[in-house]
Amino acid sequence: MATDTDDEIQKPLPQRMQDSMSQLGDDIVSSQAWNSIFRPGSIFRKGYTDSPRNRSYVIMNSVMYHLHPVKVKRHAVKVSYTLCLGGLSFFLFILLTVTGIFLMFFYRPTAAAAWDDIYTLQTSVTFGLLVRNMHRWGAHLMVLTVFLHMARVFYHGAYKPPREFNWVIGVILLTLTLLLSFTGYLLPWDQLALWAVTVGTNMMGYTPVFGDQVRFVLLGGVEIGTDTLLRWYVLHVLMLPFVIVIFMAIHFWRVRKDGGISGPL
Amino acid sequence: MTEVPEHLRKRAEEARAKAAAAKASDDAPAEEAELTAEQQAAASKIPAHLLERSKAAKAKADGGDGGGGAAVETAAPAAAPAAASAGPLPTGPGGHTQRLLTVVKSGSIQDVKAMPQDKVHVWPHLLVIEFAAALFITAFTLIFSIFVNAPLLELANFNETPNPSKAPWYFLGLQELLTMFHPMVAGVTIPGIGIFLLILAPYIDKNPSNKPEDRKFAVSLMTIHLMFWAVLVMIGSFFRGPGFNFVFPWEAGLFFEL
Repeated sequence: MATDTDDEIQKPLPQRMQDSMSQLGDDIVSSQAWNSIFRPGSIFRKGYTDSPRNRSYVIMNSVMYHLHPVKVKRHAVKVSYTLCLGGLSFFLFILLTVTGIFLMFFYRPTAAAAWDDIYTLQTSVTFGLLVRNMHRWGAHLMVLTVFLHMARVFYHGAYKPPREFNWVIGVILLTLTLLLSFTGYLLPWDQLALWAVTVGTNMMGYTPVFGDQVRFVLLGGVEIGTDTLLRWYVLHVLMLPFVIVIFMAIHFWRVRKDGGISGPL
Repeated sequence: MTEVPEHLRKRAEEARAKAAAAKASDDAPAEEAELTAEQQAAASKIPAHLLERSKAAKAKADGGDGGGGAAVETAAPAAAPAAASAGPLPTGPGGHTQRLLTVVKSGSIQDVKAMPQDKVHVWPHLLVIEFAAALFITAFTLIFSIFVNAPLLELANFNETPNPSKAPWYFLGLQELLTMFHPMVAGVTIPGIGIFLLILAPYIDKNPSNKPEDRKFAVSLMTIHLMFWAVLVMIGSFFRGPGFNFVFPWEAGLFFEL
């Protein structure tokens, strides 16, 4: 009041508050931080106008439209054709990543601590049992959906030109999924884990010529122990997810570049 | 492929449907009449007046000085009068001095790729479905996890081998093969060849068709392959008891942990 000039008409308080709020809003949306977050054309940017340039910006600068084209064949959105199996595999992968990060907070990959950590997680961590259940069932489900996705693609002949190479990447993804599931199998360090992995690695030890070396590298020693646990933990939470994400990126990109999903039979 | 905007495609389709309907009503009475020259011309898609003009020009050229006169006449009508025998200048109805040689239909030389495609927007059509699928699989896993607990057996013990010892379910087909073959064959050779053939499938299968009736062999081979593994996994999972001996689950109980 005192700072106002004499000739300015005094506005009522609600009006002034509204003005200062809208001034604050303008300051925020025109700040450098705000504009660095939202790309040109975003509806959260100040001064969006419905110009052809802005409309094309909306598409070019949207994350979703880098994963998807703007339009797809009407046929491609039929759930009865794909059963969304590839998509479900990807969603399960995301679900497994989220639940897996949660589990990592409570788990130490040593033979002395692993089983106790899982037990403590189940008995004294809020939602610990539930999240571990989701991680395990989600993993089994993902093996199943990836497998069914492969069968679906084969029966539709969707691996034929120009999609041959994407099928090859798909088989690699199937193998990586199995390896991810198998490396995770050892981590609870219970009787089930130990002996399932013993059976599995014994089988791999029969690789011709360098079987013993394969087994040694996998186990980090001549027999399963705490070194094996650490090795499989790193494979499970870091290396295999890293590799599978790269192959998934190529897989999704090739789906678009090869002309979308395959056409009707 | 060039994409035709949806509203234009729809408009074109409507116009085409209307034209087809109008043509059907026009054609009905004319069916008894014999095929006239006009209809023939219409069938060839060359406008009738152009056809007639070219016919007239041809007749004139034949009736003229023979030889190479026709070409000279049309190419250089200004120089022609001296050499021309009889008749006026070969001009068309509008006084034009050119004639129609041929009609090039669109698409016969250039590959026109403006084929209208039936497309829908990703948002909302596809993203809604994907969101529903993601929601469904999350809800399913959550609810299943509330009611069924993941197994956690007793602490790993190297001195106590459980009987039977089983691999994870997706490797039980291989473990089942171990009962029949040498470990190198069952554990490495057969799965290795299987993966290798799977990778090579698109390069082996040269059949361009993706219709099931055209690829009976590929479909039956894959079905046999999938069934082979499914049966092996089920036997390994449910029908193998202590000592990995064959048992019936309804008699000996289930020896299976997920």
